[in-house]
Amino acid sequence: MMTPGAASGPPKAPLLRDPRFRSLVTQVALCVLLAAVVWLLVEAARANLARTNVASGFGFWNVTAGFDISQTLIDYSSSSSTYGRAFWVGLLNTLLVAAIGIVLATIVGFTIGIAQLSTNWLVARLAVGYVQLVRNVPLLLQLLFWYNAVLKALPDFRDSVRLPGGGYLNNRGLFLPGLDLGGAGPFVFCALLAGIAVVAALVMLARRGRIGALTATALSVLAVLGLPLAAFLVAGGTASLVYPQMSRFNLYGGIEVLPEFVALVAGLVVYTGAFIAETVRAGLLAVPRGQTEAALALGLSRGVVLWRVVIPQAMRVITPPLTNQYLNLTKNSSLAVAIGYPDLVQIFTGTVLNQTGQAVEIVAITMAVYLAISLTTAVLMNVYNARVALTER
Amino acid sequence: MKRLMTTVIAWAAIAMTFATAVSAATLDDVKKRGTLNCGANGQLPGFGLPDAQGNWAGLDVDLCRAVAAAIFNDPNKVKFVALTAKDRFTALQSGDVDVLARNTTWTSSRDSQLGLNATAVNYYDGQGFIIRKDLKVNSALELNDATVCVQQGTTTELNLADYFRSNKMRLKSVTFLQVDEAVAAYESGRCNAYTTDASGLYGVRLKLAKPDDHVVLPEIISKEPLAPFVRHGDDQWFDIVKWVHFAMVNAEELNVTKANVDDQMKSDNPEIKRLLGVEGPFGEQLGLTKDWVYRIVKHVGNYGEVFERDVGQGSPLKITRGLNALWTKGGLQYAPPIR
Repeated sequence: MMTPGAASGPPKAPLLRDPRFRSLVTQVALCVLLAAVVWLLVEAARANLARTNVASGFGFWNVTAGFDISQTLIDYSSSSSTYGRAFWVGLLNTLLVAAIGIVLATIVGFTIGIAQLSTNWLVARLAVGYVQLVRNVPLLLQLLFWYNAVLKALPDFRDSVRLPGGGYLNNRGLFLPGLDLGGAGPFVFCALLAGIAVVAALVMLARRGRIGALTATALSVLAVLGLPLAAFLVAGGTASLVYPQMSRFNLYGGIEVLPEFVALVAGLVVYTGAFIAETVRAGLLAVPRGQTEAALALGLSRGVVLWRVVIPQAMRVITPPLTNQYLNLTKNSSLAVAIGYPDLVQIFTGTVLNQTGQAVEIVAITMAVYLAISLTTAVLMNVYNARVALTER
Repeated sequence: MKRLMTTVIAWAAIAMTFATAVSAATLDDVKKRGTLNCGANGQLPGFGLPDAQGNWAGLDVDLCRAVAAAIFNDPNKVKFVALTAKDRFTALQSGDVDVLARNTTWTSSRDSQLGLNATAVNYYDGQGFIIRKDLKVNSALELNDATVCVQQGTTTELNLADYFRSNKMRLKSVTFLQVDEAVAAYESGRCNAYTTDASGLYGVRLKLAKPDDHVVLPEIISKEPLAPFVRHGDDQWFDIVKWVHFAMVNAEELNVTKANVDDQMKSDNPEIKRLLGVEGPFGEQLGLTKDWVYRIVKHVGNYGEVFERDVGQGSPLKITRGLNALWTKGGLQYAPPIR
């Protein structure tokens, strides 16, 4: 401890001129004011709702929804499912787009970001051109473009393209044979997630040198394949392939990838990828030139220099803005409503809101959900950021 | 500190607008403001659509013009707000618009739970389907397994699912926020059929590249009484909007038209005298003026004239009167008497 005792510091100022006291008073006053404003708003809204007899509360959650949804990852039927169920369907659809979008946008972003700094003139110019073009056109327009491009490029239902293995491709989507596990599906899926968690744990152990790389690999394969298989056998499922069946107007059965989904993912990935590319470029340029020169002087190849020397250091700069881009992608996915993809906003703040009329509750729930998704993403990225951050000693 | 003050003032302003947004005396607010705020469609030919110059036209639009004519003696003192199916009720509940005249179906939950009142049915509609002729479908009952495009936030989604379920047909539906996008998806072949209220289907068909390649199926799968809506809690305003429609229907029944309304002022018929305010205080009773119906008919026309001009033979839609004919001519338009 080099600092002298605080008590023997500067002479004590009168309370009113004490900066700490003054800032405390300001903070408290501000908080009270904010609380009062919020209370005023809530009270006014409540009074207005009561005066016009608008229903309030969350009773609608268990009421039968009655409308159809084009993409459902969990069981949903318009005849018996509730508004609450519709909410979960929408939430899962949003999460699906966000998860796939984040992975693909990261790949696109890193590729383009690195290409921007390529020594090959043409590659670098093309990458810069892509970034400038995509960054400066509104996302909604891009989504409409992709949707129309997808629909126009694909053949009409009656001219469906037959894919090898029993699949079909047309402007209704991509239809692939699916695996029917006879009721064991959810268990197998959960077991697969558990397996992935085990793999993550094994990787951490292997990194710390607790177990050998060979053991870790063997155990990983066992976890990913064995756990689902065990779950399948325990649940007593029967495995069969379901092929899409052609009917008069449509294909039924198997896996269905909607054109709306493809267009939304494509639009989000291309758009967010451009921003990530700029982040990556900035990160790479932030690594001192000497690092590359030193690595090259050691005789390392350019690829190794990039992946082993430059990128690990660049991640410290890249990660915080990258988190922003992930959050943007998730929130931007709500533009799905324009192109008919049933995400949370479309189903819940769209149809459910309109059928129940309870705007305040439904918008509040939706805002809370996006907040939760964003905060979770941010926490995960902050954990990662703490790991790659420069440790000061 | 200056920034803090600005923030506080801004928040207070927001709070104030929330607190004063919905007033009980809509008529006074409208008069004070000098314009009627009318929630309209904005995309539906025949009901609510601004032209290239920004002049709004349509059956619902004319209802709002008639209300403005009755209050201000000027059908142009209306500010039209284009609303999507999804935003419309919130806009009315929060006081952004005074009347919602946007081809909105009168249902029990909208009348109660939403805190709104349907005034009077200004168009009897029903939901139908439009489909490509070359699919050779003659009836909606042949639509098993079809994909149907639909606009979101309407009773349409519910009717569609109900109809397919009750007829034991499989359905795939694709839901869009805006009509234009839903129709574009239908036209591109993403869907076999597009569904909306039959009145809307005729307008949609006109917007397609080749209208003759598409046909409206004969089945009407639901009852869709379209009505202008007002908020709960202001009975005077509710009465005014309701009686503006009734006045237009009564005017048609008594053959009071835009062209002959001045002559009809001299009519000996006691019903016409009461209608046009030559006799009796019926306009004042509503909070309007004696000559309220004269103003409506003079500036906007009677119900029949408005119908023919906006959706009937005088319009590209060419919809026949059908259910919307007067009760004396086999239709359902029946207005209580003014007396």
